Parts: sequence; C-alpha cells; structure tokens
Amino acid sequence: MTIRALGDTAVLTGRSLRHIVRSPDTIITTAVMPIAFLLLFVYVFGGAIDTGSGSYVNYLLPGILLITVASGIAYTAYRLFLDLKGGIVDRFQSMPIARSSVLWAHVLTSLVANAVSLIVVVGVALLMGFRTGAGVSSWLAVTGILTAFTLALTWIAVVAGLSAKSVDGASAFSYPLIFLPFISSAFVPTETMPGPVRWFAENQPVTSIVNTIRGLFAQQPVGDDIWAAVGWCVGILVVAYGCSAVIYRRRVG
Amino acid sequence: MTAETAIRVRGLRKAYGDVHVLRGVDLDVPRGSVFALLGSNGAGKTTAVRILSTLLTADTGTATVHGFDVAAQAAEVREVISLTGQFAAVDEILSGRENLVLVARLRHLKNAGRIADELLARFALADAGRRRASTYSGGMRRRLDVAMSLIGNPPVVFLDEPTTGLDPEGRMEVWRTVKDLARGGATVLLTTQYLEEAEHLADRIAILHEGRIIANGTLAELKQLMPAATVEYVEKQPGLEEIFLAIIGTAGGGREAARDGAAASDWKERR
Ligand SMILES: Nc1ncnc2c1ncn2[C@@H]1O[C@H](COP(=O)(O)OP(=O)(O)O)[C@@H](O)[C@H]1O
Ligand SMILES: [Mg+2]
Repeated sequence: MTIRALGDTAVLTGRSLRHIVRSPDTIITTAVMPIAFLLLFVYVFGGAIDTGSGSYVNYLLPGILLITVASGIAYTAYRLFLDLKGGIVDRFQSMPIARSSVLWAHVLTSLVANAVSLIVVVGVALLMGFRTGAGVSSWLAVTGILTAFTLALTWIAVVAGLSAKSVDGASAFSYPLIFLPFISSAFVPTETMPGPVRWFAENQPVTSIVNTIRGLFAQQPVGDDIWAAVGWCVGILVVAYGCSAVIYRRRVG
Repeated sequence: MTAETAIRVRGLRKAYGDVHVLRGVDLDVPRGSVFALLGSNGAGKTTAVRILSTLLTADTGTATVHGFDVAAQAAEVREVISLTGQFAAVDEILSGRENLVLVARLRHLKNAGRIADELLARFALADAGRRRASTYSGGMRRRLDVAMSLIGNPPVVFLDEPTTGLDPEGRMEVWRTVKDLARGGATVLLTTQYLEEAEHLADRIAILHEGRIIANGTLAELKQLMPAATVEYVEKQPGLEEIFLAIIGTAGGGREAARDGAAASDWKERR
C-alpha cells in the first residue's frame, strides 16, 4: 500500500467508525447472544457437562469469543451492502482514491467493532468467575489469534456483502458460522461425540482455535493446535480475500 | 481529437446479456459547454454515464475524457471528473458538513472544513449542516449530493438526471447550479428525460434512442427536425409547474421564451 492508499483508507475508516459510534446498538446486539450462551451454558447446562477439572466458564469462554466474532462480522456485510446499494461506493470509485481503500475501511472497522464486543464479553465472563493466569505473551498470542480469526471471517463477510441481493441475504451467511462452534470442542469435549460427528468436530477450524486459546489462558502447552489454528485463519483469509477482490473488480470495475 | 474536445465517444457498445443497451454511440462534447443527453427511461443514459465515469467498461468502442481513455487511463480520468449519480449518494448517518469534509479529504484537499462551510452556504444548507443527512428533504439531499460532486472543482461534471424527483423549486436550484458551473468554465454532461430541461440548460443536445444517438445539435438545429407532436408533448411539461410556481409566487422565469420557440440563449440572457 502506498502512503496515499493508507490516507484514503484512514479517512474512510473514520467514516465507518462514526457509523458505529452513532449506532452503538450494533456492538450491544453483537455481544448479547454470546453473553446469553455464556449464561445459559454456565448456569443451566454447565452442571451436567463434564469437562474434567477446572471451572466450566474457563472451558467455555474461548468458543464464546469465536461466536462473538461470527455474529459481529454480519454487520460488516450489512454496511457494505448498504454502501453499494446507496450508490456511495460508486461515488468513491469515481473519485481519484486508492481502489482498495473502500473494502479495507470496512475491514478495519470490523476489527475495531469486534474488539470492543470481545472486551465486553470477556468482562462479563470475568464477572461470572472466569480466571486466567495468562501472562503478557499469552494474552498477545490470544489477541493475535482472535485478530486473525476476525480478519478471516470479515473477508468472508465482504464476499457476502458484495454478492448479496438483499439486506437479509447480507447477514444470513453468518448463521452457519455462529453455529459451527457447537460442533467443536467449544462446549463439550469432542471425545463424547459419535464417530463421524467427532471426526468433523476435530477437523474443523473452530476446534483448533478454541483449543489454542484455551491452552493459552490455562498456561498449558498448545502443541500443534496453534499451527492448525494459524493455518486455518490464514487459509480462510487468503481464499476470502481473493474472492472479494475478484467480485469487487467485477462489480465496481 | 482537438484540445477543444472534453469528451469524445466513438462506437460505444454495451450489452447486459441479451439486452443491447448501447449500439454504437458517437459523441463530442466541446470543452466548457453544457451537453444534454436526452432519452426516455431505459434508453441507456445511466449506462453511458457510468462508462464515462469509469464505473463500467464498454464492450467495444472508445471514450476519452480530456484525452484520457476511460478504460486504459481510468485513474487520470477520475482526476478530472465528478459524478452525481441518478440517485443521491450521500452518507445518511453523517451530517451534511461531515459528508462534504469526507469528500474533500478523499480529494486530498487542505482546509476540508472551510471548503465544506463554503459549499453549505452556497447550497443553502448552512442551517442544516450539522444535522444528519437522513433528516434532509429530497431537494436538500440532492443539493448536498451536487455540492459533494463540486469539491475540488473538477473540470468535467457528469450529472445523471439531476432533477428527477425534485419539486419545481429544487429543480430551479439545480438549474442555477448548472449555469454557475458553465459560467465557471466547467464542461457539464447531464442526462435528462425532459426536453424542456435540455432546452433551458444545454448548448447542445443529443437524443439517445434504442442505443444510438438519433439526433445531435443545438436546440435550433433540433427544432427543425422535430415533428409537431413531440413539441406538443413538451409544451405540456411545464404547465402544472408554472401554475404551482405562480401560486407559491416563486419567480421561475424563462418559460415564456421556450413557449415562443425562442432559442435557449434568450433564456440565458435573462438570468
Ligand atoms: N446491471 C444491469 N443488468 C441488466 N440490465 C441492466 C443493468 N443496468 C441497466 N440495465 C438495463 O439497461 C437498460 C438501460 O438502462 P439505463 O442505462 O439505466 O437507462 P436510463 O438511465 O436511460 O434510464 C434498461 O433496460 C435497464 O433495464
Ligand atoms: Mg438512468
């Protein structure tokens, strides 16, 4: 990126951050469902779920964080869709600005908005008894993984926003992403699942990411999980980014 | 291509699937002139404007703006143009002033705040400048939209049906803006469905019909080609509007000139 592209991206990111500041309900809506899951699973189902030693909220939080991101990115698709529909993207694209800045502005805004939602959810978890002895480097690693995960999912949201035909279509794509953690190690250990389900759960991206974050919080060795987690995030990111670029070029020239 | 030509179009074709919208369009727009592309709904006006403003690529044919090819030198073209699309493209969540500052920043201008304030005053939006654009009326929104397009004084201005959907007063305001632009030396290409609007504003008029330019010339030249029936239809357009303006007491002016069949330049001199 050139200096100019950075400048254009910064201006446009400032614009969409204003949208968020003026509708903080988007942050709250994003955080409500994960918090509801947290309460439900810790105080209702948690007693019947055996995850070995340690508190269930500690076990559960990593998966809840991924659900938070999966529901948060729907707003990125929604905002991008509205920008395209309202013609403001045409206005930007007919101006002498860096071509990539329109999409990157939405992506950076998504990172900021999801970070705020994640902080809210972690805050609630702390109130519910979540504890970690993680040091600075573990927290940095958790932040890095969550950032990579958010980036990857945000570019999927960009694909959805670019190709949607209706407002509903622009956010419906996130439902499967929100439910993916349910068939993973996020809520219960995968060993309890029947064969094919277990195979799916252990080989889909969420499990390796959840296990990595859980390990980092618990100050346990994360082994190969972290490489699988990084691999999944980077892989999804590259594919979704490539698709976005192609669709964007086709759509707005 | 001479230095006097701002926009030059040759053999432009565009189809969406089986729908052949442009079937070989040729145009020359002299620098500093107001050029009206007249066509009914669905004639392909927006398609043509989107190609000229680098948002869409033609299937075949060439188009240059200030000598830059819209396909091969899109970045250079974007430096010299501005587009006001058919539907007002403003950010509803931002205030009017924030919209203007946004565009000024994206055009890499200094003093974005001052530019915004000047435009708010010029387009009678100063009082509403700090309100969200979503609270604006259709006319105010269109004014803001046009104001955003004028930031940075681009020498070539595309206005796609700038008055469609506006009330008569809003239309007058846009007309005044177009005339100001022309006085300031800009080249204006506007599209319209109303011959009356083309008459009032344009130095030259081209009629787009079934994918081709079927007539192109000054108003006087076109009048000679026009069958009487078309003229009558046009005569009807301002009727209601004039009554409206008479009742609310706004000095519209100029309509009589058109009725007399006088050239558009008469009208200009009155202004
Ligand atoms: N993206 C598109 N896909 C398919 N058909 C289109 C598309 N855009 C415009 N058209 C069709 O092309 C024709 C010309 O459209 P347009 O350029 O918008 O006309 P105008 O602006 O003169 O009303 C219309 O029949 C319209 O339905
Ligand atoms: Mg149109």
